[in-house]
Amino acid sequence: MSNRSTSALLYLSGVTVSFDGFKALNNLSLLVEPGEMRAIIGPNGAGKTTMMDVVTGKTRPDSGEVVFDGKADLTKLDEASIATLGIGRKFQKPTVFENHTVRDNLLLALAGLRKWHRLLLAQPTKAENARLAEILAIIRMEEQQHMLGARLSHGQKQWLEIGMLLAQDPKLLLVDEPVAGMTDVETETTAQVLREINRTHSVVVVEHDMSFVRALGVKVTVLHEGSMLAEGTLDQVSADQRVVEVYLGR
Amino acid sequence: MITRFLWQGMDRSLRIFILLVLAIGVALPLLNQLTPPGSAFHVPAWLMQLMGKYLCYALLALAVDLVWGFCGILSLGHGAFFALGGYCMGMYLMRQIGSRGVYGNPLLPDFMVFLNYKELPWFWYGFNHFWFAMIMVVVIPSLLALALGWFAFRSRVTGVYLSIITQAMTFALMLAFFRNDMGLGGNNGMTDFKEILGFSVQADGTRAVLYFASAVALALGLIVSAAVVGSRFGKALTAVRDAESRMRFLGYRVEGYKLFVFVLSAAMAGIAGALYVPQVGIINPSEFSPANSIEAVLWVAVGGRGTLIGPVIGAFIVNFGKTWLTGALPEVWLFALGALFIVVTLLLPKGVVGLWGQIKARSQAKKARAPA
Repeated sequence: MSNRSTSALLYLSGVTVSFDGFKALNNLSLLVEPGEMRAIIGPNGAGKTTMMDVVTGKTRPDSGEVVFDGKADLTKLDEASIATLGIGRKFQKPTVFENHTVRDNLLLALAGLRKWHRLLLAQPTKAENARLAEILAIIRMEEQQHMLGARLSHGQKQWLEIGMLLAQDPKLLLVDEPVAGMTDVETETTAQVLREINRTHSVVVVEHDMSFVRALGVKVTVLHEGSMLAEGTLDQVSADQRVVEVYLGR
Repeated sequence: MITRFLWQGMDRSLRIFILLVLAIGVALPLLNQLTPPGSAFHVPAWLMQLMGKYLCYALLALAVDLVWGFCGILSLGHGAFFALGGYCMGMYLMRQIGSRGVYGNPLLPDFMVFLNYKELPWFWYGFNHFWFAMIMVVVIPSLLALALGWFAFRSRVTGVYLSIITQAMTFALMLAFFRNDMGLGGNNGMTDFKEILGFSVQADGTRAVLYFASAVALALGLIVSAAVVGSRFGKALTAVRDAESRMRFLGYRVEGYKLFVFVLSAAMAGIAGALYVPQVGIINPSEFSPANSIEAVLWVAVGGRGTLIGPVIGAFIVNFGKTWLTGALPEVWLFALGALFIVVTLLLPKGVVGLWGQIKARSQAKKARAPA
């Protein structure tokens, strides 16, 4: 592969994944530009989560190219290497470390030390403490910093997880159904937060909720049966007859 | 840096506990040696030997807890590492017998003469040196743990499947060690030890030193475990236990974390086995029996999984109960063991140490309510 073969931050081309003959992804191609926020929608089983699994190294594609930042072949790397390259993932259910304090959760997420033999003797540096204080201020959890993850409310966990993503400081952030089970107000707040994060990070959001996608106001990719069906603004794709048939019409 | 590393994980109660272990380690041998038999303070040799055995079990329990309580790897085969450490010590002790064996062969242990061995098998070389045997006590269990862990953790074998593999490992080793042509004593194992470092293993003085060494080993095990668990590595380790895939997506290569504690734990179990063998005077393949490994897990569960003090207390409580019951009501012991399993699972999910925490929390809550 030539050095920097594409200007795209994330480049998927002809990606196919099959599970026991069922094609979860079928010749999928997708481009995400640096600094972009992209929403990905599609009915259940369209391959949204599988696409995220392929990008983060959880699932290996049968064929196709997945290139990050124009040079890293993600089909050859494991989750840890891909995360270190700068791809963060937020799961649908907030997953914080329940037996760790808020501060330790952030410390574990903080970009930098990952090797077990270095962590044995590592002491938090001044720079790390400063960064932790900064993040704690952003997510407004300074007072709860010594509280265990298990004792946080659902909303506080969401905030902590956002703080962990900030600590991880990825170039590309994959967000899986961030507003599932949220009230309208929380949904609106989350859209604001994601737009805020998008100022400094590229973001890919997978979402079912149309009002949330509308609130984001970004380019939309519609997946159907493992392939891209349509791409454009939400209004453009909503006008597409095929999209209406498979998804919006239902 | 090392002292800081060793100090960082210890809170006050653990420091007191370690001092307590060392105090018992010093007091019993002194009371045994310096007071005349018949005195109210005299500690008989059999009691010291029993306590020495318990100290070795406690170190084994600590090793099990390090992987199970702090990393979520339920090993049902830690008895194998314990037994391997014991066999390394046994081989050294066999070579010390020399020409005092029944057959009087200066080089070959009795069982080899009996089985018509003409020369010493290659893997017995070096075991006449104490230092070599002590290195092997750590190296052999560690290597086995490294090999097993390397394949299991890289292939992402977790949970009950990993437990079954560890159980199968100790069972396979038991069958292998039962064979006479393994060259390790077959089903009789190794016994009739005479001397360790030139001192008679039967002498009270030697027993006192062995007992003291066991207490020191347990204290060191606690210090090292506390340092590992209290470091940033330890934070990552418990995070791996609680949410492994989350750690992967944060960029941690969790195999390295698991492998390190698994090997460290196997080495601790090996040391425990090596101290155990000269005190009980025998090592045979039944030490590999799966039931032993499962019992060690029970000690941890009773004492309190995921704490450092818990497994030590659990090992003492259960083994004291076992010693007492198998003497008083031998037919009841297995039922008592089964009942203990049920009681701990249902009523004491955090073990005895957890119960203590609950009582303390309740009395504090009462105190907080009282002035209002």
